Amino acid sequence: MTRGTAAAGAVLCLAGSVIVHAAADSWLTPPSPDVQSVLYVRSASTMRRLALDYKGIVADVYWIRTLQHFGRERLAPPPHVRTYALLYPLLDLTTTLDPYFSIAYRFGAIFLGEPSPGGPGRADLAVALLKKGLASQPDKWQFMQDLGFVYYWHLQDYKAAADWFQRASEQPGAPNWLRPLAAVTLTEGGQRASARELWLHISQADEAWLRDAAQHRLAQLDALDEIDQLAPYVDAYRRTHPGQPIAWERLIAARLLRGMPVDPSGTPFDIDPATGAISVSSSSKLFPMPGQRPEGPR
Amino acid sequence: MHAASFVALATFRESVRDRVFYNLVLFAVLLVAASLLIGQLTAGQDVKIIKDLSLAATSLFGLCIAIVVGIGLVSKEVDRRSVYPLLAKPVRRSELIVGKYLGLLLTLLVNVAVMTAAIYLVLFYLARGVPPNIQQAWDAPALDPALLKAIALIYLELATVTAVALFFSSYSSPLLSAIFTLGIYVIGQFNADLKQFDRIVNAPAAVALAKGLYYLLPDFARFDVKLAVVHGQPVPVAYVAATAAYALLYIAALVCGAAALFARRDFK
Repeated sequence: MTRGTAAAGAVLCLAGSVIVHAAADSWLTPPSPDVQSVLYVRSASTMRRLALDYKGIVADVYWIRTLQHFGRERLAPPPHVRTYALLYPLLDLTTTLDPYFSIAYRFGAIFLGEPSPGGPGRADLAVALLKKGLASQPDKWQFMQDLGFVYYWHLQDYKAAADWFQRASEQPGAPNWLRPLAAVTLTEGGQRASARELWLHISQADEAWLRDAAQHRLAQLDALDEIDQLAPYVDAYRRTHPGQPIAWERLIAARLLRGMPVDPSGTPFDIDPATGAISVSSSSKLFPMPGQRPEGPR
Repeated sequence: MHAASFVALATFRESVRDRVFYNLVLFAVLLVAASLLIGQLTAGQDVKIIKDLSLAATSLFGLCIAIVVGIGLVSKEVDRRSVYPLLAKPVRRSELIVGKYLGLLLTLLVNVAVMTAAIYLVLFYLARGVPPNIQQAWDAPALDPALLKAIALIYLELATVTAVALFFSSYSSPLLSAIFTLGIYVIGQFNADLKQFDRIVNAPAAVALAKGLYYLLPDFARFDVKLAVVHGQPVPVAYVAATAAYALLYIAALVCGAAALFARRDFK
């Protein structure tokens, strides 16, 4: 066999394998069972040793895995049960390998406390992660601000939230709006206006995903405002039509509303026919609202 | 030492002939591919990850060269029997060892220098067009001169690993030299644990032995400032200078040891 024949044979065989591969992909759909991701090394300290001189790059690999795990869980269609089981272990590994990886702590602060199906609903782990970050960077006001946020938003502990905002405001380089935020949180804890102020500040962050999370929350607050505005019309209908089931179509027919009321994501609000209670639909992008729990796995 | 410089140049030319610098092509492909893809995967951490990746690749590629080429520096000459005509010339055995070592250091220097230029080029490409307010949020600027401190310490670490490889290569087979060198490199990463042995062991003799080993074995963890540099943490010049002095003395000890062992070898 000459060199030319051998080379031509190699090219032909490779082309054949590409054709068979492409054909198999289009004709035969491989089974895709709902397999949970596996984390082979869970001990952060062990991985820190195994990484030798390459802790930074190994931390980056775990960071990318964190994003992939979060995205995959969040976008997984039913019947997959979104547990986000690996979110904290992955963030713990990332931040143990690289204790200065600030964005990993902040990502955890926003999403670990997020209730299902948007997150694992583990505000306690978000607090633990941020306190771990403060152990390595004690002056980092952003972590203190995020702790305040977790206590405010997920744990509804307004005194602890105000304490953390106050501590954050005392750090060098902290923005001047943190001090009034601490005062507002203490006096108006749980008020929608102070929550809106908190999210407005977060929506100006440099990280796109942080801005997106803040925009989502601001849209939820807008939805709550709209629910408040709709409530008087529902009350008026109940007064004028006692004992009748309540539905948006009936309110429109009674000329109390001009059209179907929709939330900021464009999904019609739900209304309870018996009580007239208004809520964001479970099919809305804004579901679940703060304090709202899904009834089952989505 | 005039003869040593000839040996060094010959060793460098041999590295070029052996296509050692082909690793630079792989390095360039890795960096360019990463800079194009990483932005899609990292939620705004692309500059940090490119810095991590390029520093790790510089260290890892250099480590492979230091070990693979380092262990063959002497043994290859012996296996090919080219050591006989060499020693018949007016070259002392110690000059041969020093020359071989300097030749590989020159190879590593060219390698690391080209990689450094590539790193700054890729970082320049990534940073261009990024608005100043986003750049301000980075822990350190993209074209941070402090990266050079990390790269300088990587080079010193590679020089020390090469000296370890040369030391073992001067009396042992290539396979054993590779195992020993790799072993010393891994042990050197955990050297600090030996210093704190008294925290877990109560026996004074064992603690004294551990402390002795701590000072005797190379402390490779000292050379790793990659994370600090990537995050814009201060790395004092005094620290770099002290580490450089430590490396130079340790290397000198190993090269002298290698020369002494090689001088005793019987080539009959």
